[in-house]
Amino acid sequence: MSTLTAQRTTAAPAARGGAPKRRSPRRRLRGEAKLHPVVWVFVFAVMGFSLIPFYWLVNTSLKQGVSLSKGELFPSQPTFENYLAVFQNPEFLLALRNSVIIAVVTTTVALVFASFAAYALARLKMRRKAMILTLILSVTTFPAIAIAAPMFSIWREIGLYDTLLGLIIPKLTFALPLAIYTLTSFFKEIPRELEESAYMDGATPFMAFRKVILPLAVPGLATTAILVFISVWNEFLLAVTLTTSPEARPVPVAIAFFSGTSEFDQPLGTISAASVIITVPLVILVLLCQKRIVSGMTAGAVKG
Amino acid sequence: MALKSLSPGRGVNSHGLNGREVKSRGGNGRDRAERRVAFRMTAPSLVLMALVAAVPIGYALWLSLNQYSVRTAGLSRFVGLENYITALSGPHWWAAFGQTFLFAGLSVSLELVLGTAMALLLNLAFKGRALLRTVVLLPYAVVTVVSAITWETMFAPNLGLVTNVLSTLGLPGGDVVWLGEHGYAMAVIVLADVWKTTPFAALIILAGLQVISAETYEAAELDGASKWQAFVNVTLPLLRPAIVLAAIFRTMDALRVFDLPFVLTRGANGTESMSMLAYTQLRENRLVGEGSALSILTFLTVMAVSVVYIRFAGGNIREVAKEEQ
Repeated sequence: MSTLTAQRTTAAPAARGGAPKRRSPRRRLRGEAKLHPVVWVFVFAVMGFSLIPFYWLVNTSLKQGVSLSKGELFPSQPTFENYLAVFQNPEFLLALRNSVIIAVVTTTVALVFASFAAYALARLKMRRKAMILTLILSVTTFPAIAIAAPMFSIWREIGLYDTLLGLIIPKLTFALPLAIYTLTSFFKEIPRELEESAYMDGATPFMAFRKVILPLAVPGLATTAILVFISVWNEFLLAVTLTTSPEARPVPVAIAFFSGTSEFDQPLGTISAASVIITVPLVILVLLCQKRIVSGMTAGAVKG
Repeated sequence: MALKSLSPGRGVNSHGLNGREVKSRGGNGRDRAERRVAFRMTAPSLVLMALVAAVPIGYALWLSLNQYSVRTAGLSRFVGLENYITALSGPHWWAAFGQTFLFAGLSVSLELVLGTAMALLLNLAFKGRALLRTVVLLPYAVVTVVSAITWETMFAPNLGLVTNVLSTLGLPGGDVVWLGEHGYAMAVIVLADVWKTTPFAALIILAGLQVISAETYEAAELDGASKWQAFVNVTLPLLRPAIVLAAIFRTMDALRVFDLPFVLTRGANGTESMSMLAYTQLRENRLVGEGSALSILTFLTVMAVSVVYIRFAGGNIREVAKEEQ
C-alpha cells in the first residue's frame, strides 16, 4: 500500500511547480495555440455537466406550489418562502449547529494529532515507517459500516449513542489518515536548510518541528483543514447509524430525513432550499481556495 | 527515505525530547533519540486509530458470532457461524454484492475515461482553463446527500429537468419513472456518483500528466507519430500509475457506497449496496448479529479487492516502496 505515497510524492511537485516549464513544448507538439472547435464543444459539455445540477437545485429552491409541480425551467414567480421556512425550522438549525460543532472539533483535533505524526513520518528516522504508513492508509479503505455497526452496539452500552462526541470519535478515525497523508507531503516540501540551521542552534527535533516547520506549514495546514472539513461535513453513514434524535443529527442526515416525512407531501422546495444553504459556504470555500484544494487532493491523493 | 540529507544537522541532536542526554553508542544514539521522538509523535494518532478501528472490528467479529437482538432486550447467545451461513445462503447478500460491484464497475470505468479526458482538457493551454478547473471542482464541494437530492429532482417524473426536457422534445425517457425501475435507477445513481467524483479522478490523472516530460513527446514527434499515436503509445502507458491510483481510490469508495442509494431509492428496485444491507439489518430490522456478519463480509470484500489491486499494480508498488525507504 505504501506505493500510494510514493506515487503521490512524484506527482505532487509537478502539479505545483514543475508543470509550466514543460508545458510549452507540448503545446507546440499538439499545435494548439487555439483550440480546435471540437475541443471547445467538450469544454462546454464539461461545464454544462458540472453546472446544470446547481442550476436545477437553485431553480427548485425558488419555486412553490403550482410552479414547483409543473417543473418550470425558470421559476415564473420566484419566492424565498422556502428559505424562510428552512431558517424557521428548529430541527434544521439544530442540525446546522451539530454539523458545525462536529466538523470544527474533528478538524481541529485531527490537525493537531496528524501534524505530529506527519512530521515524524516526513522527516524523522523511524522504525517500520513503511508498515506504519500502510496501516494508516488501510484505515482509509475501511468501509465505514464495519465500524459503524459495532459502534452502534458499543455506544449504546456506554451511553455515547446519539451524542455529538459519539460522532466525533469515529469521524476522527477517518479524518486522521487523510490529514496525516496530506500533511506528510506538505512537510516534505519545506526546505531542509531551515530545519538544519535550527539543529545547528541546538534544537531538538521536536523544537525544530514546533518553531520552524509548523509556522512554515501554515498553508499546508490550512489546505488540510479544508479537505478534512469537507469530508467530515459530507460524511453520512456514521452520522445516520449513530444518531437517532434531532439533538445529535448533523445536516446531511437531517436533510435526508426531511424527504421521508410523507410520500405525498414532499417538501421539495424546502429540501432544495436547505441544500442550497449548506452548499453555498462550501462552494465559496472551493472558489476561494481552489488551487490549494487541488494541490491538497493530488498531494494527499486521498479521497476527501 | 529522504532522511539522508538530514544527517549533517542531526549531528548536534544528541538530546531526547526532554533534553535528556541520550547514551551514545556509536552513531546509533542519535538515531535512537530521533526514533523515540518520532514514536512519541506518531503514537497518539496510531493509538486512536487502533482503538476506534481495530476494537470495533474485533467486537463486530464477536457480535457476528452471536444471536443478539435488541428487540429481545439484548439477549445474546453464541451461535458460531450461523449468521454468516444465513447471510451467505440467502439471496439478499449476493444481490447487494452484485449490485455494488455493478455500480462500482460502471461508475469507476466512466470516471476513469471521463477523468482522463477532463485531465487532458485541463492540461491544454487555452483561455478559460482556470475557469474550467474551478467549475469542474465545484461538485466536489457538494455534500453527497445534496447531490443525490439534486439528481432525484432532475429525474422526477414530469417535473424534473431531464424528464421535462425529454418529453418536451418528444424523446424517449420523458415518461419513465426513473427511480422506479432497476436499470434506470442504477443509471441515475451512477450518474450522480460520476458527477460528484470525476473531478477527483481528473485531478490525480492531471498530476500524472504533468510529470510526463516534454522530451518524451518531442521524441515521439521526431519519429513521426500522430497525435493519436502519441497518446496511445506515450501518454497512456506513462499515465498508467496515476490512472491505477485513481482507480484504487475510486473503487474502494464505490464499494462502500451508501448515501446515494440511501437517498435516491432507499435500496428499492434492487439498488441496495452491501453497506446499505448491513445498515438495514442492523438499524431497521434490529438484527445485530446478522448486521455485524454483513458488515464483516463487506469489510472482507473491500479488503480482498484492495489486495487484488496491489497484486495487479505489484510492479509499481515494489518500485515505489524502494523509493519510499
